[in-house]
Amino acid sequence: MALLSIQNLSLGYESHVIAKDINFTVNAGDYLYIVGENGSGKSTLMRTLLGLKEPLGGSVLVGDGLRKNEIGYLPQQTVVQKDFPASVREIVLSGCQGRCGLRPFYSREDRKRCEENMERMGITKLANRCYRELSGGQQQRVLLARALCATSKLLLLDEPVSGLDPKVTDEMYRLISDLNKGGIMGGEAITIIMISHDIAAAVRYATHILHIGSEIFFGTKEEYLQSKAGKMFLAGMQEEGSAAALKESGAETAGDASRTAGKGGENA
Amino acid sequence: MTEIIEKLSFYLSHPFVQRAVIVGVLIALCSSLLGVTLVLKRFSFIGDGLSHVAFGAMTIAAVTNLTNNILLVMPVTVITAILLLRSGQNAKIKGDAAVAMISVASLAFGYLIMNLFPSSSNISADVCSTLFGSVSILTLTNVEVWTCTILSIVVVIVFILFYNKIFAVTFDEDFSKATGTKADAYNLLIAIVTAVIIVLAMNLVGSLLISALVIFPALSAMRVFRNFRSVTICSAVLSVCCAFLGIIISILYGTPIGSTIVAVDTVAFLICTLVGLLCGGRSR
Repeated sequence: MALLSIQNLSLGYESHVIAKDINFTVNAGDYLYIVGENGSGKSTLMRTLLGLKEPLGGSVLVGDGLRKNEIGYLPQQTVVQKDFPASVREIVLSGCQGRCGLRPFYSREDRKRCEENMERMGITKLANRCYRELSGGQQQRVLLARALCATSKLLLLDEPVSGLDPKVTDEMYRLISDLNKGGIMGGEAITIIMISHDIAAAVRYATHILHIGSEIFFGTKEEYLQSKAGKMFLAGMQEEGSAAALKESGAETAGDASRTAGKGGENA
Repeated sequence: MTEIIEKLSFYLSHPFVQRAVIVGVLIALCSSLLGVTLVLKRFSFIGDGLSHVAFGAMTIAAVTNLTNNILLVMPVTVITAILLLRSGQNAKIKGDAAVAMISVASLAFGYLIMNLFPSSSNISADVCSTLFGSVSILTLTNVEVWTCTILSIVVVIVFILFYNKIFAVTFDEDFSKATGTKADAYNLLIAIVTAVIIVLAMNLVGSLLISALVIFPALSAMRVFRNFRSVTICSAVLSVCCAFLGIIISILYGTPIGSTIVAVDTVAFLICTLVGLLCGGRSR
């Protein structure tokens, strides 16, 4: 059985439907990109998957031994967080809260998990720093480490690169891709669902793509490139005169210069 | 100097002064603990709003000659707090507007009721003491002191037990909910505890100045410290010291207790801002 199976899902607010008949499945190890225009219901879909919002119709089935509270989540930053006085360690540790239940304090195991995930994200040196004083990329790493404390199976990311500069964006994408392949410190391969505007990155990294909007498409990346929605996107890229970039990114290994930029710069 | 100490020890030997100090310090401790969360949740004015609601409820209790007005005031305030804090993000009227609206409305109705159905001959003195908590702290009975002490201890224990959860929910409600923390339940808890503290604190500083007890220690601590635990501890210590100092000063110089405590809190805030600027400049 799949980790998540979504059947005939309708999304919207009150009686206003923004998207309907969404069907897709997510299997262990997948890297799913959810793309679509603003207002097409991407964030609502994610909130529904997380159980923060009831669907208007249809169902979200969780399977494969995944429990509802084992879904990690990287939300968009809120206003509250911008000036929150909290150290990196406190925030990462709060990711273990879900597994605490009614237990008031964190166990030794929780603390170990927190240290491990900080190590994986390369933020151990920042552990005692204040969150609000970090750069955007560092903050995202902190939130990613927190999400990893909550899950070792499925991670949902809501536009994780918005507001980051191109170099840091690229580091972030690579980090997430490594997580998906289980490449960081011998961790398990983590299934990833990501909301993004960046179709070029979707085509480069994703195994599956869900396009929502007037036309709903779900399939593998290869199928997407052949589909109507994908072709429309292709045409759009050609108009912008960057079809070459697309062809390159269609292949798994795009070798543009920014990708070779040093990874350690983020830890300064 | 010796004169001051003599005067102080003379006053402190009186049981009514001792009671005032105990209650004052305990309330300051409780309100500062929750203050950090409330300030961060953008609910700085909830203290003000809820205390006005409590004021409104108190006038109704006075008019209907309820012997123990806490029986009416406490539930009304708790319910209002729950409505305000729970609806939070999704309400039709957003947080700050809702708080402001309820706050002024209950103040107006409270004063109206007091004037229409005067329960004593001196209305303005009654209103003044509820708004500024001028004398009531010195006329506390033993029962009130015990109630206050027990409730304060409960608040502190609840806060310590739920500290990690309160942090998680305050920092990121959606994440907490998504990963299996019962965020709604903890928000409810925060709302109830807030209401309890505010009803207790009305005796000390009165309706109008109550926000000061909630926000000043938290804001002062945030100038100096940069992680949640230090901010919480510093805020508690600061609040207790300021309340103690405020009460002592008001006893020695005969100033009104509520406003003296708030004045001390304000000075502490200025000092903390200065310290924060100096230290911050060095570490960067």
